[in-house]
Amino acid sequence: MRSALSALELLEPRSLSHALALLRDAAPVVPLAGGTDVYVLLNAGTPSGTRYLNLQRLDGLRGIARRNGVISIGALTTFAEIRRSALLARRLPSLVAAAREVGAVQVQNRATIGGNVANGSPAGDSLPVLAASDAVVVLRSADGVRRVPFDGFYTGYRQTVMRPDELIVAFEVPPVPGRQWFRKVGTRAAQTISKVVLAAVRAPEPRVAFGSVAPTVVRARRTESVLASGGTLNEAAAALMTEIAPIDDLRSTAEYRRRVAANLLRQFWTETA
Amino acid sequence: MRFRLNGKQVDVEAPAMKRLLDVLREDCGLTGTKEGCGEGECGACTVLLDGQAVNACLVPFGQVRRRAVKTIEGLGGRHPLQAAFVAEGGTQCGACTPGMIMAAVALPKDATPDQIREGLAGNICRCTGYEGIYRAIAKARQAEGGPPRTVGRGSRSTAGKPGRRQRTKSSKRRTGR
Repeated sequence: MRSALSALELLEPRSLSHALALLRDAAPVVPLAGGTDVYVLLNAGTPSGTRYLNLQRLDGLRGIARRNGVISIGALTTFAEIRRSALLARRLPSLVAAAREVGAVQVQNRATIGGNVANGSPAGDSLPVLAASDAVVVLRSADGVRRVPFDGFYTGYRQTVMRPDELIVAFEVPPVPGRQWFRKVGTRAAQTISKVVLAAVRAPEPRVAFGSVAPTVVRARRTESVLASGGTLNEAAAALMTEIAPIDDLRSTAEYRRRVAANLLRQFWTETA
Repeated sequence: MRFRLNGKQVDVEAPAMKRLLDVLREDCGLTGTKEGCGEGECGACTVLLDGQAVNACLVPFGQVRRRAVKTIEGLGGRHPLQAAFVAEGGTQCGACTPGMIMAAVALPKDATPDQIREGLAGNICRCTGYEGIYRAIAKARQAEGGPPRTVGRGSRSTAGKPGRRQRTKSSKRRTGR
């Protein structure tokens, strides 16, 4: 590990309220759940901080349940748990599909959906699903609860509306009307970071959310409008090109990502016709 | 800090942010668990945490408190998977082998060939081409009384007789998942 161990501290909250008090009073503190992003940075010698908050024992932040018509997914729910959930298989199958594509078994057993969202990579596999399903991010702080629509959660590359004293505790997903569709394109099936991801919903008001094509996950509202008003696929793809801003990087070129994004849009629309 | 290591209660002093991988190798003297990439890609450091396969390079020691860790040493050298890896050429340089075997140990008893491939998709081997590894797992499952199955795609009538001749081009292409 290329980080100095002696400089690192792991705070052990006894409860959620203790954790929230530590976030407020011991800042800067980095919440630590499954560690699958945090330790990649620590191992590389580019840590996100020196003081970490162990969330592991906050069992109230785990689990998937249906409450008042919405599905509540605790922030500490792992992708392995999401894959095994019968409730999600029925109600949010695109999230189960996304969970299958996260890393491989070893990562799925540890990585949490809250961590995926907090890490904020535009390539995060679960992010387009949460955007397309109109999820709400539930934030807690010592001051109380705040609910933020997922589509307004990110403000820029790895930037969110969260305050430093807030913690993601859950996601609330209302019923999704229509047929859900998900596809991740990468170099191989497992252990890959996506080149382009699309989570979409086929309904009278279609929903389209792309990952890895802009600094943040993109809910492609103009593309959705074209599709909703009976426009052609070419018109929808043209609208999409105005909504995404992919870059060249080690995984892909911007040009390739534009072409694949348009192809995924077409595949979604024809497969769900 | 107390935790269960290979079936025994142990008490180990180490910093909470130290990687489980380093605690096993440096503080417990168990060097069977290897470091490969240090970023959760290669699976060389796979151990079982409460029975689930995890990358020990991404686990803070502080999260192991009162939990059960199983490493390759915990298999005792006589596990059917270990014998089968030797017999079937499932190991060459050996760097991936402990992680590969621990990932295989974590597979459900009734795993299908596709589930076996998926269960090992987080373990990278640069020597064997994977076929010897899949043969070894199929052989070990037979030895353990599991369903006689081969893993290669397209090997329909060969179930129950895993052997070197079953290598097929189609199964080789699916390496990785």
